[in-house]
Formats: sequence, C-alpha cells, structure tokens
Amino acid sequence: MHNMREHIDSVWTYAFVFAALLALTLLTTMVAEVDLGSLNVAVALLIAVIKMLLVALFFMHLRHSPILTKVVVCAGLLWLAILMVLSMADFVSRNWLAVPGV
Amino acid sequence: MDSHTETVALREQFETPGQQKEASTLGMWIFLVTEVMFFGGLFLAYMVYRRLFPEVFSVASNTLNIVIGAVNTAVLLCSSFTMVLAVHAAQIGSRKALIVFLILTMLLGGVFLGVKAYEWNEKFEEHHVPGPSFYLDKTPMQGQAQLFFSLYFGMTGLHALHMVIGEGLMLFLLFHAYAGKYTPEYYTPVDLGGLYWHFVDIIWIFLFPLLYLIGRHHH
Repeated sequence: MHNMREHIDSVWTYAFVFAALLALTLLTTMVAEVDLGSLNVAVALLIAVIKMLLVALFFMHLRHSPILTKVVVCAGLLWLAILMVLSMADFVSRNWLAVPGV
Repeated sequence: MDSHTETVALREQFETPGQQKEASTLGMWIFLVTEVMFFGGLFLAYMVYRRLFPEVFSVASNTLNIVIGAVNTAVLLCSSFTMVLAVHAAQIGSRKALIVFLILTMLLGGVFLGVKAYEWNEKFEEHHVPGPSFYLDKTPMQGQAQLFFSLYFGMTGLHALHMVIGEGLMLFLLFHAYAGKYTPEYYTPVDLGGLYWHFVDIIWIFLFPLLYLIGRHHH
C-alpha cells in the first residue's frame, strides 16, 4: 500500500544530477573571471537558479510531489519576488525625478 | 491495516499512511517557505547595498578566497548527494546503507563547517571583521567595506547555524535508524530531514556567487 504513490528514483538519476551540480559549480567559478560587464551577475544568478531547480526537483523530489506542495513552493517564491522586485524598484527609481526644493 | 490502531506509521487523525506523510511533507515545505523569506531579507539587504556601493563591494568580495569557496560548495553538494542516497536507502529498506549515508552526510557537513571556521579565522587575522580594528586595502570607503563584511558574517553565520542544526537532525535520524525505527512503510523523518538539508544547500548555492564571485572580473 505504501508504494502506490511513492516514486523511487534510481541512484543513477541522483548521480547524474550530482555530476551536473558539480559541473555548474565549476562553470560559474570559471565564468566569473571573464569580464562580461553587467552580464556577470546575470550569468551567476542564472546558474544558481538552475542549480536550485536541480536540487529542488530531483533531490527534494518536487517533481513527484502533490500539486498542493508545488503551489506552496510557487507561492513562497512569488512572495520572495514581491519582496525583491518591489523593494528594488524603489531603490532603482528613487532619483529619477528631481525632488522639489532640494 | 486496522485504521483505529494508532501506530507511528499511522496516527489516529489520518485515513492512510500516504495522507499522513503528505501532511507532514506539506508542513515541512511551509516551514521552508518561511525560511526563504527569513533569508530573503538578508539577500535583499545585500542587493540594496551592493547597488549603492558596487565598487567597494567588488573590492571586498575579491579578498575572499574563491578556491576555498568553490571547494566548500562542492563539499556541500556532496553532502546533499549522500543525503539523497540516505533517503533512497530508507525507501528500499536498507538500514545499513541508511546509517552509512547519514554518517557520510554528517562528516561532509562537518568538513564544510571546519572550512568555514578556517575562513572566518582568516578574516580575523586580516582585520576584515567589522569593528574598531577593521581595515581593508585598496579603498577609502572603510565604512561601506564593513557593510559588506557585516553581510558576509551575517549571511554565512546564519547559514552555518542552519548547518549545525542540520547536524543535530542527522544525529537524531542516525540514532533512530540505528534502532531500526525506519522502514519502507515509515521513513518520513528521514525524508523531512533531507528536505531541510537540501534547503540549506540551496541557500549556499546563492551565497557562493553573491559573496565570492561578484566583482571577480574586475581583477
């Protein structure tokens, strides 16, 4: 009865994901030394997001999780995005318009 | 199974073991989401100050040892791999493999913390700890440089605290695994411990590029 909804991944799947994580770590470390201008931050964060997805989907079994769990995770990320995007929108746009009387 | 008999594998309020496990897993994920917001505030503080003082954050970031940072990232990823193998061992009911992988996970976590301690000690010796004796070369902006290192110690410190708690959880799981408490029918604590461990790994996956790599190309 227990194994009806429980999905057991093979050890090889985990090994491939682990190898990919190590390769991405090497890649992000090496690409950081190359001057890409403002793209450096974008590339570093993109690689970090890919690594996060690999860990969450495979190691944390999110891809076999019930839809409710997926909704909770997406809601959490949405709230994090609100925190980041709205706060940064303020800091980035603060000096766009002249302040009267200063 | 008689659903009125309360066991560890099936408590009274649940219909099936599957439902019970889903409830536990969902609870863990909700906790992890609150942790995302907890660390999120620090990440936001980092983003704001990095935007305000990009040059000094670059100079300060470049004093961190990129090789040690990358190796420690690999060590932590290794520990996540052994953790997922521990969960796998629990799923297939191999008590021996579960014990071995839990111990390996703890050892790798210990290596990570040891390397972290070495790095922090280096900061003390180089006067890179915010406070009266702070001094950073190649920049006149000492105050803003201290801001970077405050965030460095705050974020890596909070992460390390989570690692220490994770080590405690692993020890708990190890005792229970040794006692033969986990079976393919019931290994929820191993699963949830794994979720926590991987979450802490994900936090480091973001800390490493933000603290160590950004500003590297200005060399």
